[in-house]
Amino acid sequence: MAQALESEPEVEMILGLGANEPKVPLERTEFVRSDQKYSILNRIVRATQVDTIVHTFLETNSVNVSSRSLHEINVIGTLNLLAAAGTAGSSVRQVVVKSSTHIYGAAETDPAWFSEDTRRTSPVRTRLERSLIEVESLVKDFTDDNPHLVVSVLRFANVLGTDIITPISYNLRRRRLPCIAGFDPLVQFVEEDDVVRALEYVTAHSIAGVYNVAGAGKLPWSEVASICGAYLVPLPPIRPRAFAAPLQRIRALQFPPEMEGLVRFGRGVDTGTLIRAGFEYRYTSAGAVESFARANNLRRSTGSDGEAYRYEQDVEQFFRHSPAVVRGIDG
Amino acid sequence: MGGVSADRPDIARMAHPSEGAGGSHDGDTEGDDPEDTLSSHPARQAGAGTDTEGEADTGGDRVSATEAATNALRAEAVAPVSYLPVAAQQEHAEPHDPRRSDVDEWGRSEHMRSIVRRLYNPMYKYWFRAEWEGLEKIPLHGGALLIANHAGAIPSDAPAIMHGIEEELGRPVYGLADYWFRTIPVVGTMWSRTGGVPAHPDNAYRILHDQQQLALVFPEGTKATSKTYTDRYRLRRFGRGGFVEIAMRAGVPVIPIACVGAEESMPILFRIPAVAKALGLPYFPVTANALVMGPIGYVTYFPVKMKFRVLDPITFDAEPGLDRYSRSRVMDEAESIRATLQDALHDMLRERRSVWFG
Repeated sequence: MAQALESEPEVEMILGLGANEPKVPLERTEFVRSDQKYSILNRIVRATQVDTIVHTFLETNSVNVSSRSLHEINVIGTLNLLAAAGTAGSSVRQVVVKSSTHIYGAAETDPAWFSEDTRRTSPVRTRLERSLIEVESLVKDFTDDNPHLVVSVLRFANVLGTDIITPISYNLRRRRLPCIAGFDPLVQFVEEDDVVRALEYVTAHSIAGVYNVAGAGKLPWSEVASICGAYLVPLPPIRPRAFAAPLQRIRALQFPPEMEGLVRFGRGVDTGTLIRAGFEYRYTSAGAVESFARANNLRRSTGSDGEAYRYEQDVEQFFRHSPAVVRGIDG
Repeated sequence: MGGVSADRPDIARMAHPSEGAGGSHDGDTEGDDPEDTLSSHPARQAGAGTDTEGEADTGGDRVSATEAATNALRAEAVAPVSYLPVAAQQEHAEPHDPRRSDVDEWGRSEHMRSIVRRLYNPMYKYWFRAEWEGLEKIPLHGGALLIANHAGAIPSDAPAIMHGIEEELGRPVYGLADYWFRTIPVVGTMWSRTGGVPAHPDNAYRILHDQQQLALVFPEGTKATSKTYTDRYRLRRFGRGGFVEIAMRAGVPVIPIACVGAEESMPILFRIPAVAKALGLPYFPVTANALVMGPIGYVTYFPVKMKFRVLDPITFDAEPGLDRYSRSRVMDEAESIRATLQDALHDMLRERRSVWFG
């Protein structure tokens, strides 16, 4: 995301904020390592007079996160961020939140396509969905309380790409894909590039509102496996998670609770609203899967995702601030 | 499904002979069946693939035609694409879509459907000896909501109607049915691949309005299939008239189809609610078939003569696209459609001399 923003000349300054070090080379971005503590966020917002916050730290994979830290990251993190953005005299003009279509759930009673204002049809069963719903209600309250701000929420379908690891990509990288025997639901995917481009698009154009983001079309789960050359690992229709648990324990696959409904009933979201707002996708759902499959082939052949990058703070500091570096020659 | 591992052209190629077979079969029907008022060949030509994409036929080459048809369908499926201004569409080519199967957004696969049609055809032609009347009232283009009476412990009318229309008119029919089907492993997937769609108002609207396809619903729902033999041909309550509301909103006609024969194909003698509850089924019937044939009776129909009569399309003088329609108007329309259908059924039964030979 920051990389994409860097290429925009009118963006004066980018401030990266995260608990982990960045995995991609950033030229102009100042990176601050922090967690979601209110005091720090508030101080940063005040000190830097930022006008736009792009909130991408929501955890949408509950495999490696405990119930408590999921709540801590998603709900409390958002709460603090919004509080910092909404303080009196804050310079923030725009907030963009990256959410997930997991918020719609997946059940047999679902329509084939969810639009942004379709209510979910099933009760909330997983903690991830619960936390996302809580986050979005916080964002909604924030929007209502701050009508002068541009607040946008992007709900992304299953993301595939080399940089973002989701349970689905984790499994596909190992050339296996858990499914529930006898079910072959239709699913949507969105390519990582489109994720970044969508975030950039709403940020640059200051588009407010809630938008679904997913590649065009849907494809059957079995077709995903076939495009990626993965084997389907059938789990029994009754209590599939109990059977997946030992496999998950030995890290053979990932099958988080929120995935169960998805591989049973699938999910489709209508992306018309964002497209009508002018956004253009580069990948369809099947295209996203294919692009991931290609990247996966490369990774299998070379053992890496192309050039690896390690963030080294001292080196970064040197290049950015040392008077010894001659500026204007190489960025 | 295993089929999806096949390459795209393969699927097109595999779909091809079946279409040819369908065509030749149509010739047969015309010969056998003087009542068939449709000259099916032009119909098939017009409806190749789905009716919404005219360019499918101009493609010349069959493979590309099928592909164009599926792509067009998909492009339309993701309706928003067409909302783009023309200039924007020209600037940016459609993103590459490397699909491998022909499963559409509703889960229907024409490839799978053609296999099922081939398997089911002997049943349709020689077991039920299905006969249609007024098939020309079903449009070859544009959306329409087909409704029919429903019967049989495992209803035999739905597959017969879908098969009949797809064979004779060459356009797909989406069967809207209870969500419950989706929850059954294997059956749910097969149901979806062969044109079953969960009955949700949004789904129905999209099929009828956005995609201008045919949808088949049974407004009585499971109330009809669970009724016992003593109640045969007595229409149950037509739900809450939701089908009328959807047709109004989508601006499409309702076309009632009266079906005689399905009632006797698998009649229910009595139901055992305790077993249904234990198995999680909507109802557990003891059928005449089961008494005669044992457990096999649960999957075998009696060789009844099936007759379908398509009634006049009913159009509503209501503004399409509204969220809500007058409840009393909807209920009145539903009730009048129900009365029409009931009359047609009585009329057909008056003419019927034998359950087995029609």
